[in-house]
Amino acid sequence: MTSLHTQSGASAQRRIGLPRALMQRQWFAPLGALLLIIICMGLVSPGFLSIRVVDGHLYGSLIDVIHRGSSAALVAVGMAIVIGTRGIDLSVGSVIAISGAVMAVLISETDLPPWLIILAAVGSGVLCGLWNGVLVAYLEIQPIISTLILMVAGRGIAQMITGGQIVTFHGEFFEAIGSGYLLGIPWRVLIAAAVILLLWLTMRKTALGLFVEAVGGNARASRLAGIDSRGITLLAYVISGVCSAVAGIIIAADIRGADANNAGLWLELDAILAVVLGGAALMGGRFYLGATVIGVLIIQSLTTGILLSGLPSQYTLVVKAGVVLLVLLMQAPGFRRSMAAVLRRRQHED
Amino acid sequence: MADMTQPVLSVRGVGKTFPGVKALQGVDFDLAPGEIHALLGENGAGKSTLIKVITGVHPRDEGEVLLEGRVIAPEHPGEAQSLGISTVFQEVNLIPTLSVAENLMLERQVRRGGLIAWKQTAVQAREALKTLGLDIDVNRALGAYSVAVQQLVAIARAVSLDARVLILDEPTASLDSDEIQTLFRIMRELKAKGLGIIFVTHFLDQVYAVTDRITVLRNGRRVGTFVTAELDRVDLINQMLGRELAEVSAHRHRDGEQYRGLTHRIQVEGLGRKRMLNPVSLDLSGGEILGLAGLLGSGRTELSELIFGVHKADSGRVLLDGEPVSLRSPRHAIRAGVGLCPEDRKQDGIVAELSVRENIMLALQGRRGWLRPIPRGEQQALAEDMIAALGIATPDSEKPVGQLSGGNQQKVVLARWLVSKPVFLLLDEPTRGIDVGAHADIIQLIKTLCSEGLALLVASSELEEIVAFADRVAVMRDREKVSELSGDEITQNNIIEAIAQ
Repeated sequence: MTSLHTQSGASAQRRIGLPRALMQRQWFAPLGALLLIIICMGLVSPGFLSIRVVDGHLYGSLIDVIHRGSSAALVAVGMAIVIGTRGIDLSVGSVIAISGAVMAVLISETDLPPWLIILAAVGSGVLCGLWNGVLVAYLEIQPIISTLILMVAGRGIAQMITGGQIVTFHGEFFEAIGSGYLLGIPWRVLIAAAVILLLWLTMRKTALGLFVEAVGGNARASRLAGIDSRGITLLAYVISGVCSAVAGIIIAADIRGADANNAGLWLELDAILAVVLGGAALMGGRFYLGATVIGVLIIQSLTTGILLSGLPSQYTLVVKAGVVLLVLLMQAPGFRRSMAAVLRRRQHED
Repeated sequence: MADMTQPVLSVRGVGKTFPGVKALQGVDFDLAPGEIHALLGENGAGKSTLIKVITGVHPRDEGEVLLEGRVIAPEHPGEAQSLGISTVFQEVNLIPTLSVAENLMLERQVRRGGLIAWKQTAVQAREALKTLGLDIDVNRALGAYSVAVQQLVAIARAVSLDARVLILDEPTASLDSDEIQTLFRIMRELKAKGLGIIFVTHFLDQVYAVTDRITVLRNGRRVGTFVTAELDRVDLINQMLGRELAEVSAHRHRDGEQYRGLTHRIQVEGLGRKRMLNPVSLDLSGGEILGLAGLLGSGRTELSELIFGVHKADSGRVLLDGEPVSLRSPRHAIRAGVGLCPEDRKQDGIVAELSVRENIMLALQGRRGWLRPIPRGEQQALAEDMIAALGIATPDSEKPVGQLSGGNQQKVVLARWLVSKPVFLLLDEPTRGIDVGAHADIIQLIKTLCSEGLALLVASSELEEIVAFADRVAVMRDREKVSELSGDEITQNNIIEAIAQ
């Protein structure tokens, strides 16, 4: 029975004709889904696939996906690391609002050099991350509650910083971050790519990624193996705070102002979805930065594609919800078991 | 006597296998009406598994369970309960946020016209508790009461369900002596009403105080069933710890003295913690194996955990070559060269999602810190060396550890410490719950490590094992060290005497 099963599985793979090693890579399934979605979108609205060069800049829906997805990707990779520790960070949207507010107020009310302003905005993200991390790691409050506090309070803090107004600003440096290009590629995409690459190197070329996964997989056993579980957990929230703060800088630069109420609103949900689409379980123990970025691109392609297809924008949310449901169902052990049972029955009937 | 009548519950040749472990093998068990029957055995002997098979938590692989002569196969504890088998589990499984009355009467509330008559329900709940001598406000949330009261409520719920069989799984662990007396009184009353009671405990005093017969399990098999009054304490411990097996002849007792001064020397001085362990002193050297014997709850695990800094000791210290070792956390202990293979492999040992390689690297990498990663090639080589040296059965080093069998998981945890090269290794029940082949491998490994100059403290409930490999044996009882044996004094008899005193 069991051997029969593996045989049929092996032959199915041979039929597809892809090497097993490739199929087992974490990014394989999300990347397949992304390509499928892009192809579908291209069929529905043929303009989706075209890329043009205008004034030396790349233009087109696919470029737009990457352009818009860059801030979400930053948030999502931070979220992926937090989820790797078996946590969750609901406060990312509020951190975006706070860092944007810090930046906007400093630009419009001081003459500080741009690098110092950027540093201050990122610093606000570090503080937010420390707050979350201390609550989770040292006071042992459940992550969802700990970060819910900042999720709610953070927008208030951002409003206090901006004085309740939408603060707008002008400045070449910051406008370039929002809408400038380098060698035809948007600055914001380059910034996001640089941060994500740096994070990937830190996680995978040092032992930090291993420690994050060990703590998320079994915090007790990790402590007994001599790993500073609390410190690692704290660090994960700080990283998430920094990622969100950088996203906040990009978003504020894009609209040339800080909107404490709406900047990064609901982005935490997109970020969590992207992490899950990337194949990580919310139970922690594994995270995949590359696959998470692909997850972001899937969501952004859906959003952009549905807009282009002429459907009313409210369909975006329903389709997104549909994708969430599908992915979560595929991860639910009970659903997988019953699906496997149904498939087995089919095979027997054949 | 009870065993003359037809048994109310009978278990015939029941077997249960979990991946890598035979949890139960051909177990027979009879419970007479009006009998209190103790189910005894060390951790991993199969007590819980047997109860879970009887109550339908686990399906059985073979054998049958008969209730009053009829074969039953409940699929979950609720079904077992409706058949007449009520269980009070070790951890109270009631709902703390509901009131006492709601918990007690859940799904049996007094109804009037389809609605719940709360007043009547509360009255009935109060009456049910009164029979247990418990007079509390039944409208308060259950969670507001002590664990002991919750335990009694759980018992009240179990016995008010028209049960014919009552299973008490370590119900006394959280009770004080008055509460235990109340429980015993209730057990005797229920017994007089003709209920059959299975009583799981590891307190031998309680076994002698209240039970009629004793069934001992060891390694998933039934060792025997005895009339309590006819089995003395030393014999009982013999049965539990496996004394009747042939004494292992290949002793290698040496006088620990000859090694002293040659290599590392570890001194544990008056290490203790309130309500956990009375101060214990030990002294051992590299190349020496100190066995730690004692029943469950005697303080074996606690001693290892205090030395390793898992819990903070409030008295005493540990010296390594005369230098005090910081016991602030496992991280500090590891830096000083101490390692601990914990008793509960799943909870405290492996990280199931991570690969064999990553699990083996964890302690070594933890000691180096995250900024100095071990190169992948080196990791691979170390992992493959260990897989070969310990005979870890895995297709490759990238397999998630959670998918290996228990014995192989244990070897992975051992490998984790071996690559981090400690000078003092604590092994808590290194052979628990693993199959026979791996068992022998691990014993062999312990001896090899020792000959390479490692100082080893090995806690084990398997006496034959301790006698076979230990140079000296410290015997623990009631959270303190009661005796230390060395050289020819190390026999199973002497250890048992020290435990039973």
